[in-house]
Amino acid sequence: MRQLIGTLLIGLTLGSIYSLMALALVLVWRSTRVVNFAQAGQAIVTTYIAYEIVTRTGVFWLAVLFAVVAGALLGAGVEYFLMRTLFRHVDEGPVAALAPVIATLGLLGVIKSIVGMIWGNDFRSFYPPVSTDNFVLFGESIPFSRFNVLVILSTTVVMIIFSFIFQRTDLGLSLRAAAFQPEIARLAGIRVGPIRTIGWVFAGVAGAIAGVLITPNDVLSPASLDVLLVFGFVAAVIGGLESLPGAVLGGVVLGIGVSFVLNYVGTTLIFPTVFVVLLLALIFKPNGLLGAKKVRSA
Amino acid sequence: MSSLVVSNLTVSHGAIRALTNVSFEVQEGELTAVIGANGAGKTTLLRTLSGLKDAENGTATWRDRNILGKRPEDLVRRGISHVSEGKSVIPELTVRENLVIGGLWRRDKNGTEKAIKEAVELFPRLGERMSQSANTLSGGERQMLAIGRALVSRPKLLLLDEPSLGLAPLIIEQIFSAIKNLQKSMNLTVVLVEQNATSALEIADTGVILNLGELVASGNAKDLLADPALKSAYLGY
Repeated sequence: MRQLIGTLLIGLTLGSIYSLMALALVLVWRSTRVVNFAQAGQAIVTTYIAYEIVTRTGVFWLAVLFAVVAGALLGAGVEYFLMRTLFRHVDEGPVAALAPVIATLGLLGVIKSIVGMIWGNDFRSFYPPVSTDNFVLFGESIPFSRFNVLVILSTTVVMIIFSFIFQRTDLGLSLRAAAFQPEIARLAGIRVGPIRTIGWVFAGVAGAIAGVLITPNDVLSPASLDVLLVFGFVAAVIGGLESLPGAVLGGVVLGIGVSFVLNYVGTTLIFPTVFVVLLLALIFKPNGLLGAKKVRSA
Repeated sequence: MSSLVVSNLTVSHGAIRALTNVSFEVQEGELTAVIGANGAGKTTLLRTLSGLKDAENGTATWRDRNILGKRPEDLVRRGISHVSEGKSVIPELTVRENLVIGGLWRRDKNGTEKAIKEAVELFPRLGERMSQSANTLSGGERQMLAIGRALVSRPKLLLLDEPSLGLAPLIIEQIFSAIKNLQKSMNLTVVLVEQNATSALEIADTGVILNLGELVASGNAKDLLADPALKSAYLGY
């Protein structure tokens, strides 16, 4: 029972971070129809920035703030300088759909190399703001810490803020309109270009927070967020790639699944399990767990 | 005073010419029907006037200022609203949200609410379905919503692309009568693209007849309707 509760709680922690990365990927997908593999690269830069701040000042939340701002700027920069240039030059033919995705993959490689040149390739550790020691319940240790509680609370707050923005504000309505039907959005007077950039900014912020939250339980290296990218992508696909609540649910389901395999089977089966889950989701729920994709007739 | 002046407009889709040297004028507050068969270039004409498509040659001005090569979102701010072909609503949004987006650029919540109220007065069915997803609407209701959204932008020039497409005759009658009312009550200038030639010319002041991208006739709508040669060649009856 103790192990079961611990496994669920760890799953929830992992899942909430996967959800953030999934959210970042879905935000970009919805705004520009691009799977942004560079999201992990952007997040690794912001996490290293946070690492610098936290090792110099010791103030975790200041590091988060810097990471968030850097994430926003990076997101805007990638969309404005890379994506727009690419879309201007490659707008037809079979390569048009693929070029942006390949570009983000290339950018991921470039960013990781640059990060390696600046900070080196050795593992670094990142001090958490609260203890990562396991809680002790009725004399027994459960694999769940104050830091894990903080992760779950922080991601919940971020999700609530995102959902407020999307559902309750004019900006959110513009983002949704531009995502679903850009042409009609433009005819209604919405400036779709800047709105797309804002989508990338939000994605950059979500990715930055995911990077900062996952690292204290892990190590930091230029490639340390690659797994997060893969799991975030799988979570996004399980959620239907179109839906923000779907991405969150996909992340939590995947996190709990990963946690069960880790605790009851072993680390070697993690990747096969994730891909089996992905395949099952694609076969039985191709439109996402919430079936968010609706009929488009306009 | 001519408010919309199109002169020698030529537009291509790649190697295919969609419009060749088309010229016509629409007076302020007038309803002009643009008639023609499939492939006549009607939709291309509207898409060019609303900024969705680039022209190859020619000019088009609205109230003496060029409108070619401008972005649709900028033209909306100059009073040009386009209801594109195929019930231009966003099915994933609610009816209310579809109306609200038409007014977001004005940053005037009260003004938008007032415009939404007016759109609902014109199409009461929308009022009963405000919180429903636009996906659940019938074809006629979607068309009403699309026109409603355009009205919330407070247009001076309304470009309508085949509002009757795929609708039952009774609904077409309702929509056409709403368009005519709008023109009169708001002094709107309307360009109505239609295959449904007779109904469109009956409510129009003037008409433009296109065939394979070229203008074949233009003038008073009643005269066009009465011209036996045009009737048999282009109006399909």
